Amino acid sequence: MQRFFYLLICLLILPGCTSISPWERGTLAKEHMSLEPTPIQDSLRSHQYGSREAASGGNSSSGGGCGCY
Amino acid sequence: MKKSLLLAAALLTSNVNAATVGEQAPHCALTSLNNVPAHFHEYAGKVLYVDFWASWCSSCLQSFPFLNQLAHEFGNQGLHIVGVNLDEQIDDAHAFLAHHPSKFTITNHGGEQCAKSFNVEAMPSSYLIDKHGVIRYIHQGFREGETDELKMQIAKLIAEK
Repeated sequence: MQRFFYLLICLLILPGCTSISPWERGTLAKEHMSLEPTPIQDSLRSHQYGSREAASGGNSSSGGGCGCY
Repeated sequence: MKKSLLLAAALLTSNVNAATVGEQAPHCALTSLNNVPAHFHEYAGKVLYVDFWASWCSSCLQSFPFLNQLAHEFGNQGLHIVGVNLDEQIDDAHAFLAHHPSKFTITNHGGEQCAKSFNVEAMPSSYLIDKHGVIRYIHQGFREGETDELKMQIAKLIAEK
């Protein structure tokens, strides 16, 4: 029953996924839509963290949502 | 068997409207910033450079000085440049152009339909159309190192009869 419930939730969420055209990414290209609003700062912080902890990973992917070439 | 046929039909129809090299350029009903209709067939006999751009696209910003240079260099030789704006908010395009003036035609109405007709897959996308309305060269994105190739293609098309 619980499995069916989770499956139902997934099925309800799926229609929300849609592909957008290259010219419809104006809003996604805005700075506040970026996963990392300060990419250089985050990169440095990640480097420091990696040096201290002798481990890396677990970060979000970098880059904006512009999708420009 | 039936599934394979359906899949094949879907694959075949997916790119049926794509503008490709060697085909006639799709017809676009565009309007320039000062509300003057800018139809591609008006430029028959000229080499047409169609550039799809938007204010939020950083590569488009980089391409503007190059397009202005092209307009200056090849404008008298028979090249016409049309910058098809694809901003969802037209004020964004106006604000962009206030800071980065263009020396070529900019259109702001009918761009989305035109982009669909050309099957634009990236921003910016450029299409070189010859004097007979045939797409001869497609370029996606903008990188400094590729400008010479674009210039060479333009010069070649201008030299054609």
